[in-house]
Amino acid sequence: MPSTLSQRLRRALPRIRWTRRRVVTWSIVAAVVFAALVWAVLPKPAAYTTQARMLTVHTGPNGTTAVNLDTTYYEPRSASAAHPVPAVLLAHGFGGTKDSVTNQAEDLVSRGYAVLTWTAEGFGASGGQIHLDSPDWEIKDGSQLIDWLATRPEVEKSGSDDPRVAAVGGSYGGGFSLLLAAYDKRVDAIVPTITWNNLATAFLPSADGGAPSDGVFKKAWAGLFFGNTAFGGSGSGVRIPRPGDGSTISSVPGDSPANDPTNDPACGRFAADVCRAYLSIASSRAATPADIALLERSSPAGVLDRIKAPTLLIQGEADSLFPLSEADANARGLAANGTTVRVAWFTGGHDGGSGPQSDQDRLNKLTDQWLDYYLKGTGPTPSDAFSYSRIAGLDANTNGVVALAFDVPRYPGLGGQSATQVAVAGPPQPAANPPNGTPAAISSLPGAGGGAVSFARGITTDVPGQHADFYSAPLEHSVDVVGSPRVSIKVASPTGTAVVFVKLYDVDPTGSLSLPDGLVAPVKLTGLPARIDAAQPVTVTLPAIVHRFETGHVLRLTVATSDQAYATPAAPTVYTVALGGVASDTGIALPSVHSVEQAGSDGPWWWALGILVAALALGTVAIVMLARRRSRRRVLAVRAEYANVPLVVRGLRKEYGSFVAVARLDLEVRPGQVLGLLGPNGAGKTTTLRVLMGLTQPTQGEIYVFGHRLVPGSPVLSRLGALVEGPGFMPHLSGRENLSLFWRSTGRPPADSHMDEALDIAGLGSAIDRRVKTYSHGMRQRLAIAQAMLGLPELLVLDEPTDGLDPPQIAEMRRVLRRYATDGRAVLVSSHLLAEVEQTCTHVAVMHKGEKVADGPVDDVVGDSPTVQLDVSDVGAAERVLAAIAGVQTVEAEGDGLVVNMDGTPRSDVVAALVRAGIGVDRIAPRRRLEDAFLALVGGDTKASGER
Amino acid sequence: MTHTVHDTGVHATGDHDAGETRAQARGGADGYRPTATLTYATEMRRQLSRRRTQLTLGFMFVLPLIILVAFEFGGNSGNGGGDRGQFAALADIATTGGLNFALFTLLVSASFLLVVVVALFHGDTIASEASWGSLRYLLAIPVPRARLLGSKLLVALTYSGISLFLLTATALAAGTARYGWHPLRSNVADDIAPVPALWRLLGIVAYLAVTLLIVAGLAFLLSVSTDAPLGAVGGAVLLQILSSILDQITALGSIRNYLPTHYSQAWLGLLSTPVQYNEMIKGAIAAVVYAAIFFGFAWWRFLRKDVVS
Repeated sequence: MPSTLSQRLRRALPRIRWTRRRVVTWSIVAAVVFAALVWAVLPKPAAYTTQARMLTVHTGPNGTTAVNLDTTYYEPRSASAAHPVPAVLLAHGFGGTKDSVTNQAEDLVSRGYAVLTWTAEGFGASGGQIHLDSPDWEIKDGSQLIDWLATRPEVEKSGSDDPRVAAVGGSYGGGFSLLLAAYDKRVDAIVPTITWNNLATAFLPSADGGAPSDGVFKKAWAGLFFGNTAFGGSGSGVRIPRPGDGSTISSVPGDSPANDPTNDPACGRFAADVCRAYLSIASSRAATPADIALLERSSPAGVLDRIKAPTLLIQGEADSLFPLSEADANARGLAANGTTVRVAWFTGGHDGGSGPQSDQDRLNKLTDQWLDYYLKGTGPTPSDAFSYSRIAGLDANTNGVVALAFDVPRYPGLGGQSATQVAVAGPPQPAANPPNGTPAAISSLPGAGGGAVSFARGITTDVPGQHADFYSAPLEHSVDVVGSPRVSIKVASPTGTAVVFVKLYDVDPTGSLSLPDGLVAPVKLTGLPARIDAAQPVTVTLPAIVHRFETGHVLRLTVATSDQAYATPAAPTVYTVALGGVASDTGIALPSVHSVEQAGSDGPWWWALGILVAALALGTVAIVMLARRRSRRRVLAVRAEYANVPLVVRGLRKEYGSFVAVARLDLEVRPGQVLGLLGPNGAGKTTTLRVLMGLTQPTQGEIYVFGHRLVPGSPVLSRLGALVEGPGFMPHLSGRENLSLFWRSTGRPPADSHMDEALDIAGLGSAIDRRVKTYSHGMRQRLAIAQAMLGLPELLVLDEPTDGLDPPQIAEMRRVLRRYATDGRAVLVSSHLLAEVEQTCTHVAVMHKGEKVADGPVDDVVGDSPTVQLDVSDVGAAERVLAAIAGVQTVEAEGDGLVVNMDGTPRSDVVAALVRAGIGVDRIAPRRRLEDAFLALVGGDTKASGER
Repeated sequence: MTHTVHDTGVHATGDHDAGETRAQARGGADGYRPTATLTYATEMRRQLSRRRTQLTLGFMFVLPLIILVAFEFGGNSGNGGGDRGQFAALADIATTGGLNFALFTLLVSASFLLVVVVALFHGDTIASEASWGSLRYLLAIPVPRARLLGSKLLVALTYSGISLFLLTATALAAGTARYGWHPLRSNVADDIAPVPALWRLLGIVAYLAVTLLIVAGLAFLLSVSTDAPLGAVGGAVLLQILSSILDQITALGSIRNYLPTHYSQAWLGLLSTPVQYNEMIKGAIAAVVYAAIFFGFAWWRFLRKDVVS
């Protein structure tokens, strides 16, 4: 009957034995792996809840305009009326919504703060209009959000209506936090990021210290905000990078009130007064006092004295919108009133994005520390140290920048703590102002965001003919600039006014230029003479930078007439530009600070690696020592009674899983013996020899070689030479090289090898120097026997040694083995051939189905037995005749044959007696005992033990 | 009558004897000392006699020369355009100096060739002896099993190290002879002066060596588990490739950080200015942990294994 598919499959596939130990081991491994995967994949259950709701505030100058604000409230699960937590008002940036700050809100709520985010008036799903953080509108909204927080039982309170609350936010949200702290005393701490001090000077700067009424309009940034936000971000949304959450925000197009047809199409969601101010400034390139008043009302500059909340000011270095000077003005104003203030700079900003991870980590840590101490009242007192970071290079792994962070004990301001004067030189030069500001030089790319402008060489360009350049000599020492460099220039203009852009380039020895952070100093000068001789020097404060001018680099001071980001006079003019001051004083003052580099975040990792390597090294040494000690201390059992017996096997049992290869074996090989281990294929002979060679562990039983217990790796194995399961040589080497390398591997003296005798026995002649892979089966076999005999081991173990040999070689091998077993040596030969054992061995042990069935001297076991087989013509008569002979008895009768026990009676007598009785004798054959034993015990069943 | 080890007639030898007499007291033959068997030098000789060792080392020597010739013949086709990433970036400047040439040679070899070479040297150790049948004769000498593994591992590590060194040294020498001794240029940072650049190059080689320990460990573990040398070598390379593929799948998120090949490119940090060690340290930690697990498991397995091949 054909076997079923499943049966065939089962036979074809490897069988896995599911012992209990394996099941347990693999179950544990599987469980651990599974648990690790689940742990890694499953989202962690949030430790907070979120509630989105529309809150209605009553706002405006009269507090009567109802505006709906789209809010989300993040409440830690741990918060309750019994365990109230402090709250954080988290404001978003310009053009964003409450969703822009989700990541930061989640961070804060995870740190145990109740967080309220909302979409500011005029954005997203909130109602109202954009009033630029006006105290009458957005700030009033904020106060009412604090009122709402005060009604929450789980929010901690200082007084009946005074929750513990901080205001945190970037850019537009940063301005909000400062202004809210100024107008609402309930704010306990603020962390304003990349924000302004004075909107008027931020959008209408002049680097000679001029008033906003005489400033240069920052048209690119202003237009970007106005154009994109007013109309709900139709077209490409402005993407303003924000520090802290690593994301950028963009204005969202869609069904916002921006598309409400009742809105003024020129103003979108901007409030009418803000819109009018923008349109006026943008069209005239100058601000009226009313415009400036409106911008200043939305600025912290005038109300810094009202802010008492401890303030952490974070400002970006790559920020052409709100440069470091804005944070500097805030810091000075706050410090003048005794308010606790701390300043930190990072390498990002409105131009530079959120900065590298190291910067983000540093700022997050500072923020957490600040809030923990001033809001929650936990953690160490934050120091008032100033920290900043410098772009040191590019990270090839992340394609981002690498920033190094530094600490200065106190905030030094933009003037630094010391200054290096670097002389620059150059003749007065003409520079043309292009009509309508086109073509214009490019310094920054407002709104492009996320890039390190100063490193993207080639972005900054100057238009030929539109700039004057002054060079320094190559620097003899590198200079680390932290702060605003100052320089004095003179400008002449036929119109009496000029708008110029002063910038400080870093020129490397190959001549390639970089403009640190893409920052320029716009200057608007009035009352200028037409001739340069008559011009008065003007001191220009360059933008604050953090930059290292390397040794050998050259400083280039450039005075350009145009810049794409700024509004310039429309009329074409040619200015003349020269360095200010007297010849000895025509230098750039580069401010520096005395800073200490912060330890990198790699420290703990280095430690981890060091500890790991040390632990592994120590562990390895310990294991090796322990193993050596254990093997040395192992009870070295020497059984005196076996000391002169080459091999004693006691109760050997070997199981492979559930399969018993050797059930029980007792065996002795005495000196001078050649013991044949005889048995059909699969009787357990090879398994026994494997155990003898220390290849496998016996399941039970003991083996002694000259009285020494033999286990895998026992030194006594060195007194045993073996050939088991065929030869094993390196096929690419010659026979001689194989033997000599083998002996080398034993580490024993070359003289002990008896190499020549071994080679003699192999008898390979010149073939000994041929590669083994060219050998025939028999040649390899002889080489393997020679290898086993190397060093003349006292016990030689050979598995089927005559396999592959021709008859003369077999005969020779017999002699060799007989001769070998002298001088106290012994040989153990396994074979499945009766004749071979008979001819080679002195003693024999018969194995069958994993057990020994007979043993003794070959003559006893194999020699003539007392029985003969008789084929006679009349079996009945023959039995009677034989019964009459004393001592002879019939053992068995079958057909014409009789098996007769002669018991010493000569065969000739028996035959004579039979013949005399008239019985014909066809055949008389002596029977051999081994055959008796073998056939009786094996019973003709020569199946391998594996097939039992 | 049954005998036990602690029967009468048993005497234990002390451990104050010198090594040799102790070994003999424990039944060893004259001159047999476990610590003298299969020495490092012997195993080095045994492996050096093999074609695969000679060919591999030869190839490590020839490969940089082939690349050099290819650059010479290829000329400047300047097909430019498409963004081919880091490879193109380094290929474009490979001929600017010996250091750049060596760097390029390492880059093209690191992701596959060196993996195969290391897998070959380690995956072949035990499995090839098992397939020849010579393993059982080594164990019957007897070479203690832990010692056998130790010698073989040290030799495999040595040949892997020699390969890596040979490749780098040849590339550096040939590149310098042809293109000169110039600062190391990279597209991401300023030029690095020759001497510091040489240190960085050595740092890259060292980092590659550490990360290749993962392949070494895996191949070694497979080598003690199978009798097929090709299976061990191929298995190690396959798993390495699998890990690289999984590492490309960003959807796996943070799990990717635990993949053995996740930090295989971290040596780029040595091209940054200043040097970025962070990823490299993490990569080294991952490599050491993986290697320790693999090697440890290989030992654990081999010391308990029934050698039936």
